[in-house]
Amino acid sequence: MLDSNAPRFERLPNAPGVGYKPQHFSDILENPGPVAWLEIHAENYMGDGGRPLAQLRILAERFAISVHGVGLSIGGEGPLDPDHLARLKHLLGWLQPASFSEHLAWSTHDSHFLNDLLPLPYNAATLARVCDHIDRVQEVVGRRMLLENPSNYLAFAESDMAEVDFLAEIARRTGCGLLFDVNNVFVSATNQQTDPLGYIDAFPLDRVGEIHLGGHDEDMDETGAPLLIDSHGKPVVDPVWALYRHTIETGGAKPTLIEWDNDVPDWPVLMAEAQRAAPILQAALA
Amino acid sequence: MSTTIKTLAVAGAVAAAVLGHATTVSAQAKEKCFGVSLAGKNDCAAGPGTTCAGTSKVDYQGNAWSLVDAGTCATMELPAMADGTARMGSLEALERDIPS
Amino acid sequence: MGGQTAFTRALLDPALAAPEGLVNPDGAPATKRFDVYRNNVAVSLIEALETGFPVICKLVGEAFFKAMAGIYLRRFPPTSQLMMFYGQDMPAFLTGFEPVQHLQYLPDVARLELALRACYHAADATPIAPETLQDMPADRLMAARFEFAPAMALIRSRWPVHGIWRMNMEDGAPQPGNAGENVLLTRPEYDPQLTTLAPGGGTFVAALMNGKAFGESLDAATAQVPDFDLTATLGVLFAGAAITRLNED
Repeated sequence: MLDSNAPRFERLPNAPGVGYKPQHFSDILENPGPVAWLEIHAENYMGDGGRPLAQLRILAERFAISVHGVGLSIGGEGPLDPDHLARLKHLLGWLQPASFSEHLAWSTHDSHFLNDLLPLPYNAATLARVCDHIDRVQEVVGRRMLLENPSNYLAFAESDMAEVDFLAEIARRTGCGLLFDVNNVFVSATNQQTDPLGYIDAFPLDRVGEIHLGGHDEDMDETGAPLLIDSHGKPVVDPVWALYRHTIETGGAKPTLIEWDNDVPDWPVLMAEAQRAAPILQAALA
Repeated sequence: MSTTIKTLAVAGAVAAAVLGHATTVSAQAKEKCFGVSLAGKNDCAAGPGTTCAGTSKVDYQGNAWSLVDAGTCATMELPAMADGTARMGSLEALERDIPS
Repeated sequence: MGGQTAFTRALLDPALAAPEGLVNPDGAPATKRFDVYRNNVAVSLIEALETGFPVICKLVGEAFFKAMAGIYLRRFPPTSQLMMFYGQDMPAFLTGFEPVQHLQYLPDVARLELALRACYHAADATPIAPETLQDMPADRLMAARFEFAPAMALIRSRWPVHGIWRMNMEDGAPQPGNAGENVLLTRPEYDPQLTTLAPGGGTFVAALMNGKAFGESLDAATAQVPDFDLTATLGVLFAGAAITRLNED
């Protein structure tokens, strides 16, 4: 439990943040540099105790925390897992984080958790189902959530809505906010041979409560067409920084996260990556 | 052993354990260090976490059953058999129960 | 069959074609693009098992372990979103997995590795002061029952599992001994500790964990090991901050 029930950080600052990795614990406390907030994966803090929760309690005293879930399976065909919802409610209850977000994806089917963010078609039926699930989540945890746009590697023949419209309609119906992953926009647009700027300009940026930036890997499909993979294992590429700059210039400064989950670098490298977002945000705030 | 002698022996054993513990604790510099794992040790007991990233690594469905000797099981000197022969890497079941 | 049922089935079975209705940008059926999801699932779960079972992985070698993990994850996909506990069926799987039948200690090593993770993530607990035992009159102590920290666990094995674990995890550790071991896992602060109990210690702690009174547990241990070293075993429990409560009926 934190010392006081009142959350120390009511919202994420319009500043750089990073995905928290336990190996950076001491470095972050000694020299956070431009990093003003931290994001954790909800599931990794659903144990009963020990070092993970002890570290989180200490970090939450100094930094605004964003809880980012990967396991709710909001896009799943089946009902939400009540056990998992209860765990989430417990975590959000004691931690009182500045933000809670999840993905437009599914990861659980027939009680099997597949540990990946899997895609869904965009149509009236899936829209209604996702909205029902988000209504349920927001009701159980008692707060507004943010929903993140996915990285797409393929498309569904049965989709008849554009992803931007799908997300905008979810936000309108449920009142949820959105998490805008600029790297996912670039990955999806490249993979689907569409225009990322068009996606950004159509996106309801006023609904966006957080931005993600991360690195990706480059591959090819069987026809030789480019196939980018959202691996979070490298620096953010320059075209994504350019799209990010455009997003901030259009939509204003937003809390901006560097996601680096594979081949995690030493703290100075991650801090330097976060530093790259700082002048872009400062320009928008000036 | 009479009950009195037994309880006395137990009291003595408990007292020795308490004394031994007190000595150990004072000998250690107890750092109040919440976050960092023991120096020089990886936090291997944490286990895997979730990820929201994808991978460009490919899952090869290779048949690697002949490769088991590449592990440390092949170099580990395992307990000797009842007849005294050491079994490298292919320990047979020991004919005894759970140890006390 | 629903869309996600077919999707899930094809994800876990590489022999199946990609589900219908998934398309490339040119409208052709997706194949390699579907494989991205296949790889994400299989590779992430294999890496999770490697992280969770580092000693099993070293014992059988990385290439063998990855191939074996590929079979395991399809037979036992995770049933929980909490990946830190993935692999609960590994001991049973190893018991029945034909290519490792000659390595009969593997299931117990897997049990130890699972117990280590459970210990790491277990609820925090406050131990009693060791003096509490000393201050209690011996006849009352003999009748008392112990409660232990959630992080404490006892692994009883016919194999030298702690020795095998150390040889693979600690630089310069000796070869394993040649006797079975009772390994006590405790977590005095945040780092799990493994201790091999002295002879009789396994019986003593197991009896206490089963709710037997102190005296009864002591009798069970001394019946098996007449020179059972109570002081040493209590010392391990004290050092491990393992005793959280003494209950008197």
